[in-house]
Amino acid sequence: MLHTVDESITPIHIHDMTVAYHKKPVLWDVDLAVPEGKLVGVVGPNGAGKSTMIKAIMDLVPKASGWVRIYGKPYPRARRAIGYVPQRESVDWDFPIHALDVVLMGRYGHVGWVRRPGKRDRERAEEALEKVGMVDFGHRQINQLSGGQQQRVFLARALAQDAQIYLMDEPFAGVDAATERAIIDILMDLRARKKTMLVVHHDLHTVRQYFDWLVLINMRVVAAGETRDVFTEENLNKTYGGRLTVLSEAAQAVADHRGGL
Amino acid sequence: MIWDATFQFVLIGALLIGATSGTLGAFAVLRRRSLLGDALAHAALPGVALAFLWTQSKALPILLLGATVSGVIGVLVIEVIVNYTRIKADAALGIVLSVFFGIGIVLLTHIQQSAVGNQSGLDKFLFGQAASIVRADLYVMCLVSALVLIAVCIFYKEFKGLIFDAEFLAALGFSPRRVDLLLMGLIVLSVMVGLQAVGVILIAAMLITPAAAARFWTDRLHVMVIASGILGALCGALGVGISALAPRIPTGPVMVLVATGAFLASALIAPKRGVLARWARRRANARRENGQHFLRAHTARQDGQGDAVALTDIAAELQLPRARVHRLAKRLSRDGCVAIHNGACSLTEQGQKEAEFVVKSHRLWEYYLVYRSILERDHVDRPADEAEHILTPEMIEQLETLLANENIDIDIHKTGSGYRRTGDDG
Repeated sequence: MLHTVDESITPIHIHDMTVAYHKKPVLWDVDLAVPEGKLVGVVGPNGAGKSTMIKAIMDLVPKASGWVRIYGKPYPRARRAIGYVPQRESVDWDFPIHALDVVLMGRYGHVGWVRRPGKRDRERAEEALEKVGMVDFGHRQINQLSGGQQQRVFLARALAQDAQIYLMDEPFAGVDAATERAIIDILMDLRARKKTMLVVHHDLHTVRQYFDWLVLINMRVVAAGETRDVFTEENLNKTYGGRLTVLSEAAQAVADHRGGL
Repeated sequence: MIWDATFQFVLIGALLIGATSGTLGAFAVLRRRSLLGDALAHAALPGVALAFLWTQSKALPILLLGATVSGVIGVLVIEVIVNYTRIKADAALGIVLSVFFGIGIVLLTHIQQSAVGNQSGLDKFLFGQAASIVRADLYVMCLVSALVLIAVCIFYKEFKGLIFDAEFLAALGFSPRRVDLLLMGLIVLSVMVGLQAVGVILIAAMLITPAAAARFWTDRLHVMVIASGILGALCGALGVGISALAPRIPTGPVMVLVATGAFLASALIAPKRGVLARWARRRANARRENGQHFLRAHTARQDGQGDAVALTDIAAELQLPRARVHRLAKRLSRDGCVAIHNGACSLTEQGQKEAEFVVKSHRLWEYYLVYRSILERDHVDRPADEAEHILTPEMIEQLETLLANENIDIDIHKTGSGYRRTGDDG
């Protein structure tokens, strides 16, 4: 199977990766080759290692074994190809900073050490804010934004990174319907521009609607591939095994899909 | 006499100390490292004493070198304790702070009692003595302060990124560990530069207090950093001035007291984040809510639109003392919502509109809670009470559409739980 992966055109190729925190493995033997230009959902129960997988791709957590290639290169040589949207709760939103300053941080990687972001970077940041419909909020202190608006600011920061691949950790968590719509529109637009996206997601009802490719994980990759092949009751059973409420939700989601055909 | 050379040295020294620790303090406070600055300063004392014992020199660079070494060792010991034992950070900090300080006091006492130590003046490192700053010391201070402030300008972007979102910074390829190390190094230097004038016990206050005060006034990091630096410098200068006028008062404590005064004033009067501003906001909210309750009670008790309702009836409906209801009515009449005559009041046009809005949002929310099976029918009143004040006209519109789609008709003039499905009973 491995020899069929053409590394240089594969946005994300994970090979035999195991990640452990304090010697306790949280992610086992992950093999995954994400195809270009797909909107990929990463779905699994809490503690399944979804965030860990995303962080391991960017070398933010140490790998116990295995490797990751971004278009055939290790992460440190492919940083600029990747944009990152962390979980919203990962930062202190009371930090004294305006929304535009946060978005400008997406340019730091291009600016490099010590140098200041220039006029060009500022323009890019403003464009990104405009794309997420937040251009009027650029000079708002970030704690005066609603949860959905904060999430949009994070998305704008990733857009300002001007990347080929976007890794997003629960961008739809705790956002209002309007923001969810706005975010999904942006993701569709990115896909139309041949960008690849890996999106951690928890709402099974919207999986079919949003993602054309799917990775089901629960400490291991249970299944990965085209959503229509992978999003089956059997696979969801394997992923969520034994968690009744989630199971019935999953069954419902699958049934909804059948009914809709 | 006050403007002689010595005084100028002291004044410039105090300005530098205040500016440096104030500036770095902004980062330390936001990074939640302010107590580490305190541990660092206390742990510096044995270093000062040992440097003197070893070299028999009172030269500031040598003493500060000793202070830095033992201060850094202290911080490292804290890290080791936290990483390799089950003791938590606050306990580790307390242990290191007191043990190192204890050792420092023992060594200091030993030095004071020896022949050479008598005139060493090392005790100034305890509470600080700005008057002891001489020309050579000032050169050292200028050098260190300049170094620290220039480094802050150069690495400002990295520090900002580190404190706001270290993980994102790491993803971009900046090593957060290196940035953090650099920031800690600068905090160490800014603490050390103030040891002589402010003393190991109080220097942390010059790190924390101006920054905490500056935070009240602004929502932007660079403004906070600059304001904190300026405030620190002002506190330093004022401290020196005051203790020059009353020579028996040591400079360090005066500087800290001035900074504390600035902090208290900021906490109290700062717009938006200050205590008074927040109190005023809460009060305005409470008034608005009480007014809305009054209007809703009025609607519930009136027989037909435009009818007057006795204030006693409203008091009964609200279950409030009559005097309070009177005050409420008076305020509403000042706002042009009601007209009062003979112990009864009627709604003006504006009051009518306001009342309709309040009743509608209450009903909508009440219905929403029942409809969504969030609450049983007889439990909805209180949550609806709370929600009616925060629903915006847009949210009301959304709720209305939602309920209209379900064929729910909201009758706002019906009292009690006024929701029904159209077609149920007409």
